[in-house]
Amino acid sequence: MRAAQPQAEVDGRDASPAAEQGVWELLARVPDPEIPVLSIVDLGIVRYVRRGGDERLHVGITPTYSGCPATEAIRAATRAALDAGGYPQAAIEEVLSPPWTSDWVTPAGRAKLAAFGIAPPAPGGESSGAPVGCPRCGSLTTERISEFGSTPCKAHYRCNACGEPFDRFKCI
Amino acid sequence: MSAAAAEPERRDRTLSQALFRYVLRLADTSLVLGQRLGEWVGHGPALEEDLALANLALDLIGQARLLLSYAGEIEGEGRDEDALAFLRDAPEFLNVQLAEQPNGDFAQTIVRQWLIDAWQLEVYGGLAASADTRLAAIAAKALKETRYHYRFSSGWLVRLGDGTAESRARAQRALASLWRFTGELFAADEIDERMAAAGVAPPLAAAAERWEARVVADLGQATLARPERQPHPWHGRRGLHTEHLGHLLGEMQHLQRTYPGARW
Repeated sequence: MRAAQPQAEVDGRDASPAAEQGVWELLARVPDPEIPVLSIVDLGIVRYVRRGGDERLHVGITPTYSGCPATEAIRAATRAALDAGGYPQAAIEEVLSPPWTSDWVTPAGRAKLAAFGIAPPAPGGESSGAPVGCPRCGSLTTERISEFGSTPCKAHYRCNACGEPFDRFKCI
Repeated sequence: MSAAAAEPERRDRTLSQALFRYVLRLADTSLVLGQRLGEWVGHGPALEEDLALANLALDLIGQARLLLSYAGEIEGEGRDEDALAFLRDAPEFLNVQLAEQPNGDFAQTIVRQWLIDAWQLEVYGGLAASADTRLAAIAAKALKETRYHYRFSSGWLVRLGDGTAESRARAQRALASLWRFTGELFAADEIDERMAAAGVAPPLAAAAERWEARVVADLGQATLARPERQPHPWHGRRGLHTEHLGHLLGEMQHLQRTYPGARW
């Protein structure tokens, strides 16, 4: 188990590309606190895992929205996962630029959103004008009720075919 | 140290003091407006609008946190975002007075929001290309959020103005009461001029023209009359505020003032 490795060995392994891959795999199991079917890797907010000049691993995380209340929970969960996974020396850095875009949600993340009942974001960020498909019946005859929803990353829609309301992941 | 050697250092120190105040002005405007919008939670005219105003508040407070943290680092005296938000008194707040005006009815909240959203579009749009890379990063992120804030507020402005006789009268009344605070938005002072000269901030004159054109076009679509320009010499950005800010801070700062250092 990684957690049982002595510190020196952890630091040594931290420096190898395999360790970077290991950290990506570790982070792929850290759920987003508000949409737990997505990991923070699915969400596209892990910007890099790399070795710095100080030989430590550096994990770059970008917030989705400036005021997203999940940001601190994500940081704490990431820290806990790195500590438990044998990377207590890894540094977590906040990356603001370039700003996060819904285009960074991975294909796997989009599939998970759709399966969960949230219409995934269309490519093209905020300029996307693609029709929004109902995640339940697939109809494209849907309408937006509000550009805002239960979390900063979701908008509120209604399907005119099956009549169900649904969330859509905002395009930004 | 010789006088000649001390001179550049003194100049740098005052430039960083100017930057500190410039960043505080942006931060405080977002913070105070976010706090105001938070007062709507549970009181919105419809659930969707309640959620929308809360979402706007979250974004604005998030922007304020990023800016206040940066301001604290520039100042270099150990004040973090919380110290700056909760432990300063009204005369130390540098927000524009428009942001602190009371919520009033929904029309007043929308008009205030729309005027500031249109202003933040220009300010953050210019700052996204700032020579100050930290400010540029914060602004580029905030700009994305400001675009949908503006879509929300300008959309409601049109619906209220071009709506019923009642909604139209309320929108026009809100405009009449808030318009006098708009002169401050682009009134450049020595801090703005220093920031523009250093490539940190966009020149305000061009931004003011674009703001004016946008606002006039929106008013036309909303079939609302544009009020006359009213001189208003007191500037929140210099720490001079209307009576409303003190009441807002009383509520916002109560917990930290009563239980210093309290944490969740």
